[in-house]
Amino acid sequence: MFDGKEWLCRLSAIDGTAGDEMRVAEAVIEAATPYVDETYVDSVGNAVLIRRGHSGGGPRVMLAAHMDEIGLLVREIDDAGFLRMAQAGGFDPRALLGQEVFVHGRERLLGIIGSKPPHLSTATERKKSVPLQDLFVDLGLPCADVHRLVQVGDRITVRKDVVPLLGERLAGKAMDDRASLVAMLVCLEELTHLRCSAEVMAVATVQEEIGCKGAEVAAYTLSPDLAIAIDVCHGETPGISDDRVQRLGEGPVVTFGPFIHPQLFTRLCDTAKRMRLPIQIEVAPGHTSTDADPIATVQAGVPTALVSIALRYMHTAVETLDYGDVVATGQLLAHCIAALEPAFVEGLTCY
Amino acid sequence: MLLKRLTEASGPSGFEGEVRDLIRTEAAPYADRMYTDALGSLIVETGLDKPGPRVLVAAHMDEVALMVVGFTANGLLRFRPIGGVDLRILVAKSVRVGKAKLYGVIGAKAVHLQEAGEREKPLALEQLFIDIGAVSEAQAKEHVQAGDIAVFTTEYEEMGDGRAKAKAFDDRVGCAVLLETMRGSFDVPVVFAFTVQEEIGLRGAGPVAYRVKPDVAFVIEGTVCNDVAQAPSHAEGTRLGAGPALSVVDRKTIVGRSMLDFLLETARAGDIPVQLRRVLGGANDAGAIHLTEMGIRSGAISVPTRYIHAPSQQISLEDYANTKRLLHSVLVNIGQEGALA
Repeated sequence: MFDGKEWLCRLSAIDGTAGDEMRVAEAVIEAATPYVDETYVDSVGNAVLIRRGHSGGGPRVMLAAHMDEIGLLVREIDDAGFLRMAQAGGFDPRALLGQEVFVHGRERLLGIIGSKPPHLSTATERKKSVPLQDLFVDLGLPCADVHRLVQVGDRITVRKDVVPLLGERLAGKAMDDRASLVAMLVCLEELTHLRCSAEVMAVATVQEEIGCKGAEVAAYTLSPDLAIAIDVCHGETPGISDDRVQRLGEGPVVTFGPFIHPQLFTRLCDTAKRMRLPIQIEVAPGHTSTDADPIATVQAGVPTALVSIALRYMHTAVETLDYGDVVATGQLLAHCIAALEPAFVEGLTCY
Repeated sequence: MLLKRLTEASGPSGFEGEVRDLIRTEAAPYADRMYTDALGSLIVETGLDKPGPRVLVAAHMDEVALMVVGFTANGLLRFRPIGGVDLRILVAKSVRVGKAKLYGVIGAKAVHLQEAGEREKPLALEQLFIDIGAVSEAQAKEHVQAGDIAVFTTEYEEMGDGRAKAKAFDDRVGCAVLLETMRGSFDVPVVFAFTVQEEIGLRGAGPVAYRVKPDVAFVIEGTVCNDVAQAPSHAEGTRLGAGPALSVVDRKTIVGRSMLDFLLETARAGDIPVQLRRVLGGANDAGAIHLTEMGIRSGAISVPTRYIHAPSQQISLEDYANTKRLLHSVLVNIGQEGALA
């Protein structure tokens, strides 16, 4: 029995920044193995999970969800052994103050991003946020030990186990995009119950947060007939107008816009209607900033769609989502893929 | 593990019950008399039959925290701090809310949705919410009510070289020192008091001192320590690992010269490292105790605590051990003729 929630809690807690996704890849392969025919890690680190169709000659479908999370790098080790940081992905430094982190040196070390006691700070000081260059990591180690165990360039990840909220809601540090990995796993599991002629190439991609590197390579190598990227999108947040965000718990978010293949978008919407599965539509007038963007233009072009999971507080330690949306996303994908007929796929290049 | 159980217990000012119950169980075997007062402080009297000066040793049970004050239409909780909390440290942290200890998170607008320059300004209280996962105000109200408290979820763990991190070392580390010291035997009557509401104005300690009427009092605290990355030496307050910090002057108390000399001499004789607390900001229960009735000679011994009032605070376990040693020696020496002359 596939326990997706359990896997999501496990995957979100794994440390894996861009370029260091191996631990995530191992876990994803472990989770997917019962539902696929073949797994491998490609030359850039993407984990590829292949489930063949029930007969040969069906369409070849690529799914992409990224494994990497945003992180930090050691920029400098000061005279007292405190670490200064550089960004490796888009953090708001305000969300880092007082956070526990892991520093991935010769061994994994627990650290605290220090804060000044309110007793010592002035009112004027408290009106300014602390910029990244003034933040530091305290490992609680003598300077010599820090130099022995840590070097400039070592990775730093935020430490946060998943926090279970009311109902199906969960908060964690890397729901972006481990939630989509779980949606992909739900899809693969669901396909075992369906008759599907398509070959599914589910790719857990690397280095999305620094420019969708892994997906591009995977799409070139696999050369799929069509592709669907899975990522997170912004959930409703106080102070943000409704048109920029989607609602948690109200279903998968299907994107419409010039970067998305129009027929594939329509097919996803029709599938949802057929299954009576509520979905939300997000419109993107330009790039989607997901793996969908580079996949669509590799080789001679790939018809590509994007399905997202609404998530609040993106790129903080408490990214919050509704697990129901994760399951629904996986189901939508599985039923869409299982119903793909060759004529539809051929028609994707006919405008 | 006493420090773990004490720091992981919930005890905001005015809501110290869980910590009090834990301490009551721990203290029971060593108490001649144990009772609570009108504000909720727990008083443990030992050595009642002993002659000599009556000594009060106090540590506060309460911690800084948050209180739920309202709801938004989409089910988020509005809150206000209890005690001195720098709002900047709340962003992207998790808390446990109310008696049911529901998990909640304090989120922030995603960086992608911010306007230029937004991140240079801290989030104001009006922009911070606790998200318990409720989908509506009605659902939130099924689980939480105004007045419920929220505390950080930090677990106690050892880290680095002889350090530990937890929430609420201020002042559970003091409570732990008292509980461990209580196991010793002294030639004087010692009253161990676990006070309430220190963080919101030293409110519990005064009534305790009035009731106990000690001849001398010692406060055991977790105190500010800012000996971190490029902080100038004069702004450190205390230094981690340099031993318990003795108060000289703070916002509420000037420690008497004879008291300071007694503590320094006790440390010297016992070969216990100590440091002077080099900061005027902050205060502790001594501020209330030393002005009680006709005045009570009071001293304060503190465990330096980095990132005090933040979710993950750090102490040196060596400082903790040396604070216990110092308090033990103090209680041994205080009965001697002319100790505070």
